[in-house]
Amino acid sequence: MTLAITGLGVRYDDMTALADLDLTVAPGELFVLLGGSGSGKTTLLRAIAGFVRPWTGRIVLDGTDLAPLPPHRRPVNTMFQSYALFPHLSVADNVAFGLRRQGLRGAALAARVGEMLALVRLEAMAGRRPHELSGGQQQRVALARSLAPGPRLLLLDEPLSALDRSLRADTRTELMRLQRRLGTSFILVTHDQDEALGMADRIGVMRNGRLAQVGAPDEVYERPADRFVAEFLGAANILVGELAPDGTFRLPDGTLLRTGTTGQAGPRLLALRPERLRLEDGPNRLPGIVVAQEYAGESVTTQVRRPDGSLLRSVQALDRGFGAARLAPGAPVTLGWPPEACIVLPAT
Amino acid sequence: MVVLAVPWIWLLLFLIAPTVIVAAIALAQPADGVPPFTLGLTLDNLALVLTDPFYRDALGLSLKLAAVSTGICLVIGYPMALAIARAPTRWRDPLLLAVMLPFWSGFLMRLNAWIGLLRDDGLVNALLAWVGIGARHLLYTDTALYLGVVYTYLPFLVLPLYARLARRDPVLEEAAADLGASPLGVFLRVTLPLSLPGVWAGCALVFVPAVGEYVIPELLGGPQAQLVGRVLWGEFFQNRDWPTAAALAIVLLLVLVALPALALQALRRRPARSPA
Amino acid sequence: MGAAARRCWGARVSRLLLLWLAAGYAFLYAPIAYLVVFSFNASRMVTAWDGASLRWYQELATDPTLVDAALLSLRIAAGSATLATLIGTAAGYGLARFGRFRGRGALEAALAAPLVLPEVITGLSLLLLFVMLEQAIGWPRGRGAGTVTLAHASVSVAYVAAVVRARLADAGTTLEQAAMDLYASPARAFALVTLPLMAPALLAGWLLAFTLSMDDLVVASFTSGPGASTLPMVVFSMTRLGTTPEIYALATVIVAVVAGGLALLSLLRLRAR
Repeated sequence: MTLAITGLGVRYDDMTALADLDLTVAPGELFVLLGGSGSGKTTLLRAIAGFVRPWTGRIVLDGTDLAPLPPHRRPVNTMFQSYALFPHLSVADNVAFGLRRQGLRGAALAARVGEMLALVRLEAMAGRRPHELSGGQQQRVALARSLAPGPRLLLLDEPLSALDRSLRADTRTELMRLQRRLGTSFILVTHDQDEALGMADRIGVMRNGRLAQVGAPDEVYERPADRFVAEFLGAANILVGELAPDGTFRLPDGTLLRTGTTGQAGPRLLALRPERLRLEDGPNRLPGIVVAQEYAGESVTTQVRRPDGSLLRSVQALDRGFGAARLAPGAPVTLGWPPEACIVLPAT
Repeated sequence: MVVLAVPWIWLLLFLIAPTVIVAAIALAQPADGVPPFTLGLTLDNLALVLTDPFYRDALGLSLKLAAVSTGICLVIGYPMALAIARAPTRWRDPLLLAVMLPFWSGFLMRLNAWIGLLRDDGLVNALLAWVGIGARHLLYTDTALYLGVVYTYLPFLVLPLYARLARRDPVLEEAAADLGASPLGVFLRVTLPLSLPGVWAGCALVFVPAVGEYVIPELLGGPQAQLVGRVLWGEFFQNRDWPTAAALAIVLLLVLVALPALALQALRRRPARSPA
Repeated sequence: MGAAARRCWGARVSRLLLLWLAAGYAFLYAPIAYLVVFSFNASRMVTAWDGASLRWYQELATDPTLVDAALLSLRIAAGSATLATLIGTAAGYGLARFGRFRGRGALEAALAAPLVLPEVITGLSLLLLFVMLEQAIGWPRGRGAGTVTLAHASVSVAYVAAVVRARLADAGTTLEQAAMDLYASPARAFALVTLPLMAPALLAGWLLAFTLSMDDLVVASFTSGPGASTLPMVVFSMTRLGTTPEIYALATVIVAVVAGGLALLSLLRLRAR
C-alpha cells in the first residue's frame, strides 16, 4: 500500500484547515503526525478517512483516488480517540462489525473475531459490553475492531491520550509490535513528542494546516527545518546572528562560533539543544552566571544568564549523582559545545 | 422529611385511595340508589367485562387503535425527531418548540379544525378531488379517528425521542461508516438501536392515552367506534352502572400494566447472537 | 462513478429528512392555519370563504355561556396549577436532594403513574373518591369548581415534580454547599440559592399545570357537577352539535395568547442574556 496525497486543501466555512498539503506514506510505514491543537493533524486524518470533504487535491491509495469515495467504501479504518465502541454491542460484536459489512458470516467470522481478540489478548472478554471494561481494555478492543477488516491503512487519532501514564509506555510498545507483525501502514496523530520520537518511522510536523517538516525522528530532531520545528520538538536555545561563508557564526556582541556547516552568508538563527551544552570549556564557548537549577532525578537543567541578559538552558545527565553537578546561583560558568551541535536555521 | 410527608399524603389521597375505591366498586353489586351500588365481593362485573363480546370488542378495538396509531406516529415522528437532532444546535430549540406549540393551543380546538376540514364539502375532500383521487366520506369514519389520534399525540412521541437522539454520539456513526456500513446500515445498526429507549418512551406516551381515548372517537369517529373509553363513559353517565364502569377501568389498568411486562419478557427471551 | 452516486445518496437522505420534517410541520400547523383563517369568515360556513369579518369574535365576546366557562376555567387552572406547584415542588425537591430514603421507589412510581394513566381512569377514580369522601365525612359537599381544581392539581403534581427534579438534578448541590460554606444556614441556603435556582422550573411547572387544566375535558367532566362547566366542557358540547366559526374565533384567541406569551418569554430570555 502506498498513500500519495497531493495538493490537499480543506476548508471549514471560511477557515483554511489544510492548505496545499503533499505527503507520501510507504508500505508498512508507521507515520506520525505531530502538531499542536488546531494544526490540522486531525483534519488530515479525517480527510483520509472520508469524514471531511477536501476542497482541492487528491488522496491516492495504490493508484485509486479516494476523494470521491464515502467513508464506508474506503479500504482504510480509523481508531478513534474516544474509541467510539458501540455500547449496545458486545466486545465480539464490536470486533465483528466491520467483518459483517464485508459479508463474513458463520465460522469464518467467528474465527476472524477470535483471531483479532487473541491478537490484543482479550479472548476472555468477548461477551462483555464495552462499559464493563477498563480503559486499557477498551483501547485494545478499539484497536482490534479497526484492524479486523484488514485495512490497507490504519488511521489512529491520539490512540494513547485517554490512557494513564503508566499504561501508555506498555501500550506504545504493544502498538508497535502489532504494526510490525501485521505490516499494516499506520498514520498516527499525536501531540506528544515523546510518542512521536519513540514510535515513528517518520514524523510529519504540522503547523497551520501545512507540513512544516517530514523526516525520520532523529533527522527532524537534529536537523529541524526552522525555528518552529526546533522549538516544537524538544527544547532549543535560540541565538540571533550572522553566518559567514566559512561557517562562522557571529553574535551581535562580536563572539565568533564555529558551526561546522557552510552556506550562504547572511542573518541566521542558531539553535542549540540544551543537552548538547556542557558546563565546561569546549570548541565553542559562552560565559555566563548560574541563575537556577531544576533537579529532575535523572538530569538537571541549569539556567545560565549571559552578559547581555538572555538565558540559556543546559541539561546534564546525572550519571554520577547530583552532588558533582550542583552549582550555587550567581556562580560564573562557561558553556561549551562542539561545532556539530550547532543547528543553523533561517532567520525568520 | 416533612417535605416528603406532604406529597406522600397527597398521593395516598389522590392516587392510591381512588385506585382502591375503583377496585372495590368493581367488586360491588349494582343497585338502584345513590350511589348506585352496594359494596360486596362479586366477580360478576369483571367476568362480564371479560366475557361479553361488547366489552371485549371495545377492548380489542381500543388496543388496535392505540397500536396502529402508535405505529403511524413512529413512522411520521422518528424522521422528524432525527432531523431536529441533526440540525445545527441553535436551530434545535426553536424546531422542538414548533413541534410542541400545537399542544399548547387546545386539543378540542384542533379537533374542531379537523371536523371542518374533513366534512364532505370540506377542504380535504376538495384537495382530494383536485389531485384526482376523488372525494370520499371521511368525517365520522375510522380514517378520521386514526387521523385525529395521530395528529393529537404526534408531539408526545417526538419529544422523548428527540431527547434521546440529541444525546447520541456522532462519532459512533462515523465509526460505523468507517467500518464499512452504508448510511442505511449506520442507521439500522447504530442510530436506531441506541435510540430504542426513546422509542419506547415515546410509544408509551402515545399508546397509553390512545387506549383510553374518549374525546376523539366521540367527535371524529363514527357510532361504530365503540372504544373502551367511550363504553366506560357510557356505562357511567348514561347507564349509571358504576360497577361495570369500574370493572372496565380495572381491566384496562391491568392490560396497561401487563403489556410492558410481556414485551420485556419477549425481548429477554430473544437469544443474543454472538460470533465468538 | 457508482461511488460518487452513493455519496449523493447520503446527501439526498439528509435532504429527504428535512423535507419530511417540513411536511410534518405542515401536518401539525395546517389545521391551526385553517382555524385562524376561517375564524374571520363572514359566513357561518366553515368550508367556503365568504369575505372577511369580525362577526364571530363579536359573537364570542357576547356569548355568556362561553365567557362564563372561560372565566371558570381560568380560575380552576390558576388554582390547580398553584396547588400542584406547591406539592410537586416538595416531591421533586425530595427526590432530587434526599438521596436514598425509605419508600423512594414507591414515591417515584406513584409520581409517574398519573403520567401513564388513561384520562378516563383518572377521572373515574377521582370522582369515585369524591363520592365516597362525601358519604364518609361529608366533604366535599357536592361537586363543582372545587373538586375539578383538586382533580386537576392531583394530575399535575406529577408533571411539576418531574420538571423541578430535572432542574435540580442538572444544577447539582455545589452551589448550596458553597452558600453553607459561606456561613448560610440550611434554611438561608435554600431561600437564597436553591429557590432562585428552582424558579425557572417552578414557572415552567406552573405553566404546564395551567395548560393541562385549561385543556382537560375528561377529568373535568367526571369530577364536575351541575352549574360548573369548564370551557372545554362547553366547547365539547357545542362541537357535538357541529363545529362553528365561533369556536374557531375562540381557538384563534387562544393561539394568539399562547404565541404572544411565547414571544414575550423568548424576548425576556434574550434580554437576560
